[in-house]
Formats: sequence, structure tokens, C-alpha cells
Amino acid sequence: MNRTSFRTAAAPAIATLAVLALAACSSGNATEGGDLSGDAGDPSTYEGLNGTLTAGGASSQDSAQRAWIAGFGTVAPDMTVTYDPQGSGAGRENFISGGYKYAGTDAYLTDEEGELSDATENCGSTPIQIPNYVSPIAIIFNVEGVEELNLTPETLAGIFAGKITKWDDEAIKADNPDTDLPSSKIRPVHRSDESGTTENFTDYLDAVAGKSWSAGVVETWPKDFGGEGAKGTDGVVKSVADGQANAIGYADASKAGDLGVANVKVGEEYVAPTADAAAKILEVSPEAESASDTALVYDLDHETAESGTYPIVLTSYLLACQSYDDEATTDQVKGFLTYVLSDQGQQIGSDEAGSAPLSDELRTKAQGIVDTIGS
Amino acid sequence: MSTAVDPGRLAPPTDKAAAKPPARLGDVIFSKAALGSGLLVIIFLAGVGIFLLLQGLPALDAEGESAYGEPSIWKFVGMLIYGTVYASFLAMIIVTPLAIGLALVISHYAPRKVAKPVGYLVDLLAAVPSVVFGLWGLEVLAPRLLPAYQWLNEHFSWIPLFSGGVNQRSLLTASIVLAFMALPIVTAILREIFAQTPRAHEEAALALGATRWEMIRLAVFPYARSGMVAAVLLGLGRALGETMAVAMVLSATGTGYLTLSVISAENPNTIAAFIANNYANASGAKINTMIFAGLALFLLTFIVNFAGRWIATRGPKKG
Amino acid sequence: MTQSTKTRTRTVAVPEGNGHHLSVSAGKLPRNAALLTAAFSTAVGIVLGLILGSGLTLMAFLGWVVFVVAYPVWALSIEGRRKATDRTVQALAWSIFVLAMAPLVSLVYTVVLKGGPVVTPDFLSRDMTGFASLGQGGGIYHAIMGTIMVTAIAAIIAVPIGVFTAVYLVEYGAGRRLAQSITFLVDVMTGIPSIVAGLFAVALFIVITGDPLPRLGIGGGVALALLMIPTVIRSVEEMLKLVPNDLREASYALGVPKWRTIVKVVLPTSVAGIVTGITLAIARVAGETAPLLLIVGTYPEANWSPFDGAVQTLPVFIYTSLAATSDVKYGDIWTDRVWGAALVLIIIVMALNLIARVIGNVFAPKSGR
Repeated sequence: MNRTSFRTAAAPAIATLAVLALAACSSGNATEGGDLSGDAGDPSTYEGLNGTLTAGGASSQDSAQRAWIAGFGTVAPDMTVTYDPQGSGAGRENFISGGYKYAGTDAYLTDEEGELSDATENCGSTPIQIPNYVSPIAIIFNVEGVEELNLTPETLAGIFAGKITKWDDEAIKADNPDTDLPSSKIRPVHRSDESGTTENFTDYLDAVAGKSWSAGVVETWPKDFGGEGAKGTDGVVKSVADGQANAIGYADASKAGDLGVANVKVGEEYVAPTADAAAKILEVSPEAESASDTALVYDLDHETAESGTYPIVLTSYLLACQSYDDEATTDQVKGFLTYVLSDQGQQIGSDEAGSAPLSDELRTKAQGIVDTIGS
Repeated sequence: MSTAVDPGRLAPPTDKAAAKPPARLGDVIFSKAALGSGLLVIIFLAGVGIFLLLQGLPALDAEGESAYGEPSIWKFVGMLIYGTVYASFLAMIIVTPLAIGLALVISHYAPRKVAKPVGYLVDLLAAVPSVVFGLWGLEVLAPRLLPAYQWLNEHFSWIPLFSGGVNQRSLLTASIVLAFMALPIVTAILREIFAQTPRAHEEAALALGATRWEMIRLAVFPYARSGMVAAVLLGLGRALGETMAVAMVLSATGTGYLTLSVISAENPNTIAAFIANNYANASGAKINTMIFAGLALFLLTFIVNFAGRWIATRGPKKG
Repeated sequence: MTQSTKTRTRTVAVPEGNGHHLSVSAGKLPRNAALLTAAFSTAVGIVLGLILGSGLTLMAFLGWVVFVVAYPVWALSIEGRRKATDRTVQALAWSIFVLAMAPLVSLVYTVVLKGGPVVTPDFLSRDMTGFASLGQGGGIYHAIMGTIMVTAIAAIIAVPIGVFTAVYLVEYGAGRRLAQSITFLVDVMTGIPSIVAGLFAVALFIVITGDPLPRLGIGGGVALALLMIPTVIRSVEEMLKLVPNDLREASYALGVPKWRTIVKVVLPTSVAGIVTGITLAIARVAGETAPLLLIVGTYPEANWSPFDGAVQTLPVFIYTSLAATSDVKYGDIWTDRVWGAALVLIIIVMALNLIARVIGNVFAPKSGR
């Protein structure tokens, strides 16, 4: 009895050990070059960089950060950058406490909760804030037989506030006279965690939807409106795409994939969430009150009627200090930020992560700020 | 639990000098090391307790924004406790008959040759990491349950349980995943208890002409009753604290909804899943709120576990 | 308690046994009755399924219904009501068994099906540095090593503390106030939710290191140890209690000091059970995600230093990779990685369980039974 069970049990155990031993044998990857094009900027910025740079923050930037970190590895091979996509709040919190050397956040620092002064205290001088990731927030939907969907802000707000519950509601029909809409119930999917995407989306609804949106600008979805909650962009996309159909949600356009993407009414036309249409809104938006020499921050003008502008846009910023206690960190941060803003960095970001490249004008401005690091 | 001997009688007398063997130094060191470990456990736990209290209690006056939109911390924690208890309760309703059946098969129905590997198989279920359970629940189980939910909603929506909309990532889905996660623990304990039924009772019943089921009903169940309650409570303790699987499967917003419906998209939320989903983004006062929720979960789990142990030790003594 | 149970058992059982005139000549189903009925039900299920034109699930369900009805009815017609009830319960118990086993089978099937093709030597020997973090190549070598390292640290902390505490509870403290309160506190500890252990470890290492965001392998070890200690204490305690007192007394009678008695007699006698308990506890924490997410973080390559920087572990790798599966360009690759890592994690945890079984079997003291 003992012997039999030993043998039956031992076979898989030995197989596992063999697998693990195999795994232990070798590490390290064969280098497989990526598509790197464009200028990476001044090579002297990257000279002699080594060590580990710990960063994190907005999950919206995750894909792009992965691309930048991979690309950065080709210009500064001895350096390891880690980006923890914990969320904007965690990014700001850990940046202020000094845990993250640089951070990504969907909302710039303000002094409403004292964050800006805390960060200034930690850095020793005003922190740097530059936009590095601009991406339209797409209204994604999954309704059988519906390929194209036009929505006015009021209808959009009505759907997400739980007031419009059927796909063949008069309001939706009015926006889409030629589309054959089913009479099934709408499944509005929202983010269940606190998120910058929700903040940007509700900021837009609050600005333009008038009475149809009563919840104001929030980071956490107002649960009184009902609907289905899903964690993260990934969760929302999966829930909208799953077999239950009839769903609508909001997510970073670069993650929309095969899902239907609604056109949103701006002025007199319906605009699709393209990178160009999103980049345009930064051009027409004023700088925020707290903008300064080191903070290139914008308050988006959602009410714009400018033709070809997509109004729901996520602007994500990078936070960094002008100087750090040790020079190595200063060089590391400066190097990485320079790479992100470089031609190559923006190229690889948009190729690999689908983000909208920054306009040349914006890049030059931002680079000007980054150049002040350590000087 | 599996021993009949009272530990008090077990340990050799320590105070009779005559019985004391020589070589005192080794003894002193060894006993101090043992005592030290015991004290270390106390220190560890005190550390956790102090940390939870220090960080959690400032949340007592949290309200509005810092209590995640609830008017007071008590409403906030109450909503989450409701969801936690409701989800775990559903899981226990599912797991109890399954575990009893499974344990009976292993202890009484299956031939010995089958029973042993089956026992291993059940223990393997306990080895599956919760994140893998969550993955499976999300991608495999949830879509399979959807047709059943739609059917229930169509025909029984007058029962509050099945009212509202239909969603595959509902509370019931999360509870089913929880049930399968608690199953191995509950089964293992029940198996142990069923196997402990005095042979004499069983044989007496069989000798009187009872069928196997009558024997189980008349000899095994009465004997195991308190053990069965304890097993279910310990399983409940496991389900209460489960984090990842629920966080991955359940559709819930903020503190969740105060609803009875188990198949809709608007579900209550559980404490552990709430912390897992929101901790990363929390800052300032919200961290205290989060840790206060952790404290509540800690107390809840402790009460349930303690009740389980208490009932278990109160159970039938052999002799 | 026992007495009353016994009495009740008898008083109820006897009349019932008499009430239904047990006829010696009563018929009996053939020995393979269950198999015959099962074959019959399967056939009926398939035929009905084909007629109704639906899938395998319906066939299985119909077959099951037929079995649960036909088996007792057959028994009822030949053996009488009591035997029929017995057979019903038997059929139900086995049905529940199948129902409970179904998810395990489905889970293992899914993970093997989706993860199997992904687990190649390359996948096991590479890490996520360079362009692997996008879509090219990449593997989980670093996460496997991280999981092994962090779990090993947890075991190094938890096992001595757990074993010594159990020794204290059983051998030294029995009956004392302190031992009773430790037993009570161990119960309290069992209730620490895993995420709270993670929060505690973060707070502890902020104080120790002064780093506002501690990311340390040792921190993960401490968090996991916190979850392991009560399990270890419990199982070792049970095992020590099973050691017959005669052995201890025999040892004392030979003049052996108490500590040597424990080391040379008590512990070896129960070593099989202790090792099994410890291994199961390790297997349990190896799959923990929540605390590791908070304290060890993520890292693209193997980090062998538990005192310096983040360490990648398999559960965290699975959890964080899940967020990348919606990536338009590389989503499929990330999905593969998630399932591949899940498969490897299950293999590691199950292998630990099996090793525990083997040790339990090999070293189990040969009992007289």
C-alpha cells in the first residue's frame, strides 16, 4: 500500500521538480529588437545610467509605460525602471511620500487637499508636472446588429444615470434614425474602483449634459445610478465584450479593440474618438489655474464646439522633482523623462500602446521643463 | 480535536522534583525557547492589533467623502458587513449539503480503495490558489451560469432573490466560487468527524437490521451534530476573509447596494474585495477608513472562528 | 451526552427494525445493480437528448434524473421501502460527489488546456525584461524564483516559531493560564484576513526601513508567516497530542532529560504528521496574492535579495498581468501568460501537497491496526 501510493504520488512530484530544475538552469532573454524609429534625443543624457528607478501611478498609462520602459532599455541598458500601475491616487500619495521617484497621475496636483504643498515640501522645490499621455476615452458598446452609434451628451448622461434603460429609447432613436436598435435592456458598465477615467468622463458629463447629469465630478462612480461595476479598464472592456451583450461602457480608446465605438456630438457634428481629435482639445483648452513654470497642466474645455474635436479625453501627467537627494536618481529621472518625450519615445508609445503622440509644440514645452531637472 | 486524551493529563508532571531528570541546563534553554516562541506569537498578534487600532480608529469620525460617500463610518462598515455576511451565508448554504455528501461518500460509501484517492483529490482543491479560482470563476463559471440566471429572472422574479436585472458577475456567482473554495476545509473536518463515530454505535445499528442510511441517520449524524456546526462555521471563517476571488468575480460599486437580489448587476460588496479594489488608490483619511474596514473583518472572522472552535470543543467526548 | 445518544439510537432503531417485518427471503438487487442502472440511464439520457436535440449537458442531466429515479424504484419493487430509501441516499451522495468534483475537474481542465501550450522551456527560463514587457518572448522565471524565495522565507520564520509554540502548548504549558491564552490567541490569528496581514507588513517595514514605500521580499515573508503560524501551531499541536504518554514516561524512566525526550522521542514519533501539516501550510500560503501585492510589488527580473527591492511572485504576476489582457496589440499574449503562470502555480502548490502526502505515508509510524 505504502509503496504504491509513493510511486503514484512521486511521479508528478518528480516531473514538477524536473520542470523547476529546468527553469532554474538559465535565465536571461535573447534580445529581440523592437521597431525603434525616431530620434531618442541627446545620447549624453543616457550615459552611465544604472540602478533601479521605482515609479508607479495611473493605470491608464500602464501600456504606454511598458512601451517606454522597454524602449528606454535600449538606450540605457543598465537601468531597470519599474512602473506599478496602482492608480492615480496611489501615484500621488507615493510620490509625495517619496516612495515613487516619478509618478503618473490622471489629475494634476492641486492644493485643495494640500497635495501640491506636500509634494513641494518633499521635493524641496515645486514639482514638475508635464502631460505625457493623452488618449480619448471611448464610449464602447456591444449591441448585436449595431455597428455605429451616435450619442448626444444628454443621451449619454441619461444612459449612465440609469434613466434611459432600453436600447430603442426615443432619445437614442433620435440620434440614430437609420439604425435598427433592439428593444433589449441597456447594461451600462462603469469602473468600480476610484479612477481618473471616471473623473474625466464625469467631468465631461457635468460640463455639457446639464440637468441629465446630477452627480457632479467624481472619481468613484455614484452607486445610486446603478449599472454594472467592473475593476479597471480591463474589467470594463471585458464586461462590455462578454456574452451578455447589450452593454455600454467608457474606456481608454486604445483598449477598445473590436468593440463598437460611439460618436459623440460636438457642436453640430458627431465625432469619433481618434488620436487627432483628442489632441485637438488640448490646443483649444486653457491652462489650469495652478499652471506654472514647472507645471504644464490643462483644464479641458469640454464645452468646445470646435469642429473635429473629441471632447472626452484623458490627460495623464508625469510628476517628478526638480532635484533629488542623490545625483544618481536625478540623472535617472531626467533620462527617463527625456526618453518619454523624445521622438522615439512618443513613437513607440503610440505604436505599442496606441496612445496619441503629443504635438510637437507641447513636447518642446514639456522638454523645456524636464531640462530644468538637476540644474 | 482528533485526540481523545485531555491535554492536561497528557503532559508529564512538571513540578515533582523527584521525577525531574538530570541535565537541567538543556531543559531550561529548551523550555525557554518554547515559551519564547509562544510569547512571540502573542507579540506578533499584539502588533497586528495595535496597528489596526492605531490606523483604524481615526476613521471613527469619517463621513461623506472619506467614508466613500456614506453618511457615517458605521453605515459604511455596516453596508460592507452586510455584503460580506450575505455572500458567505449563501456560500455556506451551497457548501453544507455538498460537503456532507462528499464527506459521507469518503467516510462511509466509497470502498477504501476509492476513498483514499478521493480524499487527496478534495485536499487538492484546497491547494488551488484563490487568484486561479477567481480567474476560473470569471472566465469559465460566470458565462455558464448566465442562462440559469436568465431563466430564474424570467420565471421567479417575484421572489426578491431573483428580482432586478440579470448579470453573470452577480453575488450568487461569487458565492458559488466561495463555496467551492470553502468545500475542501469543511469536507476535511466533516470526514474526520464522521470517521470518529464509535464503531460500536455503527455496528449496533447494523446488527439491528438498519440499512446503511438508517445507520448514518441514527448513529453518525447525532454523534457528529456539534462537529458539523463547527465545520460549517470554520468554512464560513474562510469564506469571510476571501479576497481575490470575490474582487475578481463580483460586480459591485463602492460599498455596494443593500439588496436581497443575488443575480443582478447591483450587488452588495464584501469587505475584503472592497479593500483589494480600492486600497491602491486610497490616500489620506481614506486609508484609515480602509483599515477600519479591515478591523471589522478581523473581528467578524474571529467571532465566527471562535464560535466554531467553542462548539467543536463542546462536542461529544469519547470515552 | 454519549449515554443519551446511545440510548436514543437504540430506542429509535429497534422499533423501526421490527416494524417492517424483515423477511429473510426478501429479494435483493444484483450486486452490480448500480452499474446496470447507470448504463440504462446513460442510454436513456442519450436517446432523450438526441430526440430533444440538445447538447451534452442536457443528456447528462436527463441521464442523472433517470438514474436517481430508476435506481430506487427498482429497489422499491424488489427490496422494499427501506432499502429503496437507502439506495436513494446512496445515489444522491454520489451525485453530490460528482457535482462537487466537477469544478475541480473543470478548473484543472481549463488551466491545462489554456496554460499547457504556453509552458515551454523558454517560458520557464525567461523573465520580463526588455521587450518582453510588450509582447516578445518573455517568461516567468523570475516569478517562479520569487515565489519560491518568499515562501521559503515565510517557512523559515513560521516553522520554528510554530513548532516551538506547539511544543510549549503540549509539553510545557498544558493547563496553565498562559498556554490557554496562547491557544485562544492562535484562534484569533487564524482569523487574520490575508489582506490585513499585508497591510500590517507594509506598516511594519515603513517603521523598520524608514522607506515610505517598502518593497521587500522579507516583508512578503513576514506577511505570509503571519498567515502560516496559526496553521502550523494547530497541526503540530494535534500531532504532538497523539504521541502516547507511555513513550514520554518510558524515556523519563531511563533518566533522559525532558528536552532530549522531546527532541529524540516525541518529535520523531510525530514527524510524519508534522511535516505533512507544515507542507500543507506552505502550499496554502504559496498561492496568496493580496498581501504580496501590497508588500513585494512587481519586478521584471529575478531579484535574489530579500532585503533590497521588489520581488516578482507568481500570484501577483497573474493578478497584474490580467490588467494587460485587454491590450489591443498584445492582449492575447498576456492572456496566454496569465494561464501559463496559473498552471505553473498550481503545479508548484499541488506538488508540495503531493510531497506532503508522500512524506506522510513513508514516515507514518506503523500502527498496530
